[in-house]
Amino acid sequence: MSKPRPAPLDYLARWPLRLWIGLVAVFLYAPLLTLMAFSFNESRRNIVWTGFTLDWYGTVFKDGPLLEAFANSLTIAFLSTLVSVILGALVAVACWRFRFPFKPAFEGALALPIVVPEICMGVAMLVFFSRIMPWPSDLIWPLNLGAITIAHISFSFPFVAVIVRARLVSFNRELEEAAKDLGASEWRAFIDVLVPHMRPALIAGALLAFTLSLDDFVITFFTAGPDTVTFPVKVYSMVRFSVTPEVNAASTLLIVLTVALTAIGLKLQGRDIAKTEGS
Amino acid sequence: MAAPLIRIEGVSKRFGDFAAVDEVSLEIGEGEFFALLGPSGCGKTTLLRMLAGLEVPTEGRIVIDGKDMTNVPPNKRPVNMVFQSYAVFPHMTVAQNIAYGLRIDGVPEKERQARMYDALGLVKLEGLEHRKPDQLSGGQRQRVALARALVKRPRVLLLDEPLSALDAKLREAMRSELAIIQEKVGVTFVMVTHDQDEALAMATRCGVMHRGRLQQVATPSDLYEYPANRFVADFIGSVNMFEGKLAVDDPGQALIRIDGLGSTIWVDHGVTGATDSTVWAALRPEKIELFHRDPDAAPPALATGTPQGANLLAGTVRHLSYLGSETVYEIDVGGDRIVKVLRSNVRRYEERGFDYDQPVWLTWSPRSPAVLLS
Amino acid sequence: MSEQPWKQARPAFLALFLPPAFWLTLFFLVPLLVIWGYSFGHNSSLTEITIDGTFANYARIGDGVYVQIFLKSIAYAALTTVLCLVVGFPVAIAITFASPKARPWLLLLIMLPFWTNLLIRTYALMAVLRTTGYANSIIGWFWGLVPGLPAFEPLPLLHNNFAVVFGLVYVNLPFLVLPLYAALDRLDRSLLEASLDLGAGHIRTIFEIVVPLALPGILSGLLITFIPALGSYLTPDLLGGPDSQMIANVIERQFKRANDWPFGAALSFILMYLTFFAIAVQTLVARRRKGEG
Repeated sequence: MSKPRPAPLDYLARWPLRLWIGLVAVFLYAPLLTLMAFSFNESRRNIVWTGFTLDWYGTVFKDGPLLEAFANSLTIAFLSTLVSVILGALVAVACWRFRFPFKPAFEGALALPIVVPEICMGVAMLVFFSRIMPWPSDLIWPLNLGAITIAHISFSFPFVAVIVRARLVSFNRELEEAAKDLGASEWRAFIDVLVPHMRPALIAGALLAFTLSLDDFVITFFTAGPDTVTFPVKVYSMVRFSVTPEVNAASTLLIVLTVALTAIGLKLQGRDIAKTEGS
Repeated sequence: MAAPLIRIEGVSKRFGDFAAVDEVSLEIGEGEFFALLGPSGCGKTTLLRMLAGLEVPTEGRIVIDGKDMTNVPPNKRPVNMVFQSYAVFPHMTVAQNIAYGLRIDGVPEKERQARMYDALGLVKLEGLEHRKPDQLSGGQRQRVALARALVKRPRVLLLDEPLSALDAKLREAMRSELAIIQEKVGVTFVMVTHDQDEALAMATRCGVMHRGRLQQVATPSDLYEYPANRFVADFIGSVNMFEGKLAVDDPGQALIRIDGLGSTIWVDHGVTGATDSTVWAALRPEKIELFHRDPDAAPPALATGTPQGANLLAGTVRHLSYLGSETVYEIDVGGDRIVKVLRSNVRRYEERGFDYDQPVWLTWSPRSPAVLLS
Repeated sequence: MSEQPWKQARPAFLALFLPPAFWLTLFFLVPLLVIWGYSFGHNSSLTEITIDGTFANYARIGDGVYVQIFLKSIAYAALTTVLCLVVGFPVAIAITFASPKARPWLLLLIMLPFWTNLLIRTYALMAVLRTTGYANSIIGWFWGLVPGLPAFEPLPLLHNNFAVVFGLVYVNLPFLVLPLYAALDRLDRSLLEASLDLGAGHIRTIFEIVVPLALPGILSGLLITFIPALGSYLTPDLLGGPDSQMIANVIERQFKRANDWPFGAALSFILMYLTFFAIAVQTLVARRRKGEG
């Protein structure tokens, strides 16, 4: 007897949906893959493949301003992630644990950075840092990146808070009570019991904050100055004014970096969840 | 029976090496109330779903009403199912749920309404047609599922553990109701259950399954009194199982010797099997008689023809469970063996009851044991 | 999970609450408030802005050109959302009903482009849609195969409205698939099986059973796609033509080039109000469905 017909709800086993997913995959990946492929193309013009070369990557690594922009991006992302995770975890625990006046309003305000369109926030930051709290423009590195970093933290930590809050829902309160019963202070109980449970969420949040910061364009565009250029902003000007495969090479590097980071983060998170769930 | 309505021929469902259903062949006649019975994981639900078309067999054929339906999708079969979770559509009213299948069939509005109200009356839910499922109790939701399936007048109605989610009182009530409805509507019912009391009480015939294989198909009384093998004997009701060797085998009698037992078992009919082969005697608790064993009194009389040393055991009452209408005794007969005896409390008051640690005689009729070869 | 009143553990609460609250207020709410204030002001000199409670900026928005741009942006965002739904719904269905082994891989497949930088994704599209880009090359190649046709004129696929919408769909598609999948996954499969068992075909089951029951999740997915599309800056900037400007581009111009910050502030706030309005609509619909449950 030939292969049996798939079960009625086994949609993926039938060709129509398989074809559709295939087409969507092609739609999503073809532009990116060709971009990456052409970063190895000899010709300047990005249309026809003339030969394999790593020259454009060489150009990237010799391009001072580009490398500086990349260094800036990494620094900002790192600092932003650090502060965002802390703030996000603090506020998540505060909202999970306590009742306080105007809590719904606060939680609404906390959701604003997630919901508000980026351009609005970018504009607000621009105004803030030029009129309200002007950031001195001649600070040494990395302090001169302060304005951008602050902006990034502002839109990142609510995301971290959401992720951590979701994880806290599954926390067994009795673990904390047991710790206190055994003599731990509030602070110790927090460190020894609550934080380990939050860890997968902290990792996921850190990952998200890092990628959000690294990839951000709009908000950074409005808060950056001429000498505090980040990687996406630099690439933007390259795209607008002089398109060479160098842009492809730089983009490919960024793609690989982001994907690698996400993969590592997911692995860590998965392992963490398995460990804490087993305990 | 006349040409069976459902023919399951050598149906298997395999997942890699594991066979959920292993070469099952079965025939179900029109108008039957058939129960598929077995412990969880035995494959009965998988088989039911293959009848519905929700799973596709890896091997074999399913013929319904003379047509090969093995590869026919569920929406094209003359079969409807009542799901274990009832699967009543939460966003539709009771009336809309019941009329759903009719709407799909293109039945005109007036007829649809009429049939829907008929179905409502059949399951005794009149007046509730505008309620939503979350305003109904579990039992009511089940009736909606039942009405929804029956209103389409299918040839076969499949029921997946219909009574398992109901509380004890409701379960009993639904048992008879389902049987009544089936008789009224005349549809063939195929029910899956792990509750043997349910199966025996409701079905005209039962199929017992174990690890994907069909063990026996018979009427409830045949399953109970003439089990085909040890699994069936043990699964249905309680049983005392004795493993022994066939000592004497005649067309008219058979004697089984059991190691460490103070008695042999003698039956007054022949048994197919070579002398000295291993057989099992299954003796149900209600078929054993209990007598007081006094030091000076003679043992109870046995049936004519019973050889010396057969069908008579000496023991002591180890434990008893008083259940009101009957009492279950656990008798220690030596050799680490406990025999269960069930005794109806026929009289309100007995001169001499049976109490803990009392010496007793156990005897049984030569017709009572079922001799099993596997 | 019961919550403690904050007064019961004042030091702990304050330690947890104050830093984030302070940050949120100073570095988010205050800037927004300033913008809001500016929207009621005007440029009193080259470097000064006076807030005098005027509605002139908002009135100016009512002036033809800007209304058109808002409407166009809403239209683009809506069109994008609809297209994402059409393309993404079958994908979400496929993932939901895939085997548990295949599912994480499929999710990864769809989400991976989402993790890539928006700028890079948009730039990649430029290479595809240019007159000398891949799309035209492929179409031109097929065109050339058919004898008797006139010389192939490359299609103008870039720097116009088509490119903007194409780009918006490209960028926002993964945004929609994930919430759709989450909503579909929560459905009780036996409901679908019951529908099939009662005679319905697959399409009918989807429209009569799946969609009504998954509607809240579908709506929130639509919202998560609509809002970013509405406020998009990069995509129309890089892929659009002179008449494909969206709100965000106009706002940028006010702040970076035209130096009319009060007007830009007003535009920003209208955009925010639109966003809140969309959220309110979705919440209302979701709540009403729950009510009639």
